[in-house]
Amino acid sequence: MVYTLALRNFIHDRISLIVTLVGIVFSVVLMAIQIGLYYGSQQVITSMIDHSGAQLWITPIGAQSFDDSPLLKGGEKYAALSRPGVASAVDLAVNIMGWKRPDGGSQAVVVVGTDPDDKGLVAWNLIAGSADAIYKPNAVIADKAYLDDLQVKGIGDSGEINDQKAVIVAITDHIRSFTTLPYLFTTLTRARTFMHAAPDQSGFVMVRVKPDAKVEVVQADLQKNLRAVDVLTNQQFLDRSVHHWLFATGAGAALIAGAVLGLIVGVVVVAQTLYASTKDHLNEFATLRALGASASYIVRVILVQAVLSAVIGYLIGMAEALVIIWATRDTQLVILLTPMLALALFLITLGMCVFSAISAIVKVTRIDPAMVFSR
Amino acid sequence: MLEARGITRVLGEGEAQVMALRGVTLSLRPGELTLLMGPSGSGKTTLLSIFGCILAPTEGTLTIAGQSTAGMKAEQLAELRRKCIGFIFQSYNLFPTLTAEENVMLALDVRRKAKGDARAVARKALEGVGLGHRLRSYPRKLSGGERQRVAIARSLVGDPSIILADEPTAALDGVNGKAVMELLAVIAQDKSRSVFVVTHDSRILPFADRIVRIEDGNIVSDLRQKRTKLGEKAS
Repeated sequence: MVYTLALRNFIHDRISLIVTLVGIVFSVVLMAIQIGLYYGSQQVITSMIDHSGAQLWITPIGAQSFDDSPLLKGGEKYAALSRPGVASAVDLAVNIMGWKRPDGGSQAVVVVGTDPDDKGLVAWNLIAGSADAIYKPNAVIADKAYLDDLQVKGIGDSGEINDQKAVIVAITDHIRSFTTLPYLFTTLTRARTFMHAAPDQSGFVMVRVKPDAKVEVVQADLQKNLRAVDVLTNQQFLDRSVHHWLFATGAGAALIAGAVLGLIVGVVVVAQTLYASTKDHLNEFATLRALGASASYIVRVILVQAVLSAVIGYLIGMAEALVIIWATRDTQLVILLTPMLALALFLITLGMCVFSAISAIVKVTRIDPAMVFSR
Repeated sequence: MLEARGITRVLGEGEAQVMALRGVTLSLRPGELTLLMGPSGSGKTTLLSIFGCILAPTEGTLTIAGQSTAGMKAEQLAELRRKCIGFIFQSYNLFPTLTAEENVMLALDVRRKAKGDARAVARKALEGVGLGHRLRSYPRKLSGGERQRVAIARSLVGDPSIILADEPTAALDGVNGKAVMELLAVIAQDKSRSVFVVTHDSRILPFADRIVRIEDGNIVSDLRQKRTKLGEKAS
């Protein structure tokens, strides 16, 4: 009967029900989108490093992220190859450059120069063209999400980088940057030409260690023997990049603040409506008490109401969040909603509603059953 | 069954303090319908609340089914209510979101007697008060008399030894009030049960086995009368 009574009380006052659900739905949608954006941003920030296959990164001193780093002095690749424990070292030229659009306008881009034959970082998720096409003259590979920014329609269209022609030869899907600057993949040599870099110069050197070597030992050796560089493990470079973009810039804090705001709004709305509902049914709770109901019996009625609010509000909220994610799937925003995040959000919503029930529970446990005799 | 000795109850604080009961001593016996009558403010409802373990006496002792209530915590008092006491209220106090049947089932659930066929037990209780045809009706669809009969079924379903009724006919017309009192009188014929009714409705005097009068917190008279038939007192 606890469930029957809780359900009937829950749906009895339609206005209160709607207000409660609107509050929870707003909260769930806001939390799902904000946290999804946070994780999506994290994924975008780390996607290049994740796909590199490198175990160690040789970077310019203080390089904060993959996208925004000066070039190395040059020669680091061969210096690394000469050290014990190093299996391979691959140059990767990365730099922010200007793309001159066909209409004469300009768009900043991140040029990523790598040679597929070196088993370095190559474009993935190709939806048009092939990876080998990168060896064609002036070839670059762009992502579908940025074609409009580059003012190109597809393969064969071109622009200019540093007054040199660049032709789209293949198109990827879902390779997006946190800075919203389009990535343009090209060969290492062509990237150096775009960047006016020396033939042995690159942005990073990606290192793999021999099977019998320890990563930490090789890292320490490289750090000791190479000058004016940082040698980072893959995880250290990931952490540094995420920290830079999400925390040093304040972007991550803003996303987290949005999620917390959603949680607060949810707590306030649910607490207010549950409290009001309890007050409306105070005489019934007093009657229950007079009939001999234990305090825990009455608390269960309120908690079931809170759980019902959570479940229904969560389902509607998640449905709305999924619609928003679907509608924005082809934009530059990445909202990442994993099953684990969905489960975590459900537990947060449940916790939020149960926490919100505290004021109502306090009210009802202080109830004076003598009020059943009030005329 | 229920024994109150020297019950005193002070209500309010400071200058607003009122002595609602002044050393009331009263026992309820099984198979008896007792009416407590008195003017407004005489202490009727306060005494009913103390008998129902809802208010604690300031002084004096209350013993229900051999158990003294002195020093009992709220949960222990609730347990005593579940085991021994059934309430009938002036305003019925039915749950508007539950049907008549569910209102009665709720009383079983509170007493943890809902396991098994609670629905069948609730139906039997409602059929016993003549509402077998109104099982699925919500309180708003019932007349005042029918609502009070649902409340009576609810009070009986846990099989308590003491039924406490607070002005059960006050909101009813003569016909419905008589029907409700006839029902209570029948219930009081059960030798394992005592019915205690607070009222100032003199129309229901013929249904009582015993009439207690209270004024200013004192019992001023306690008379027994014999009934040969329900609703008719022997002179």
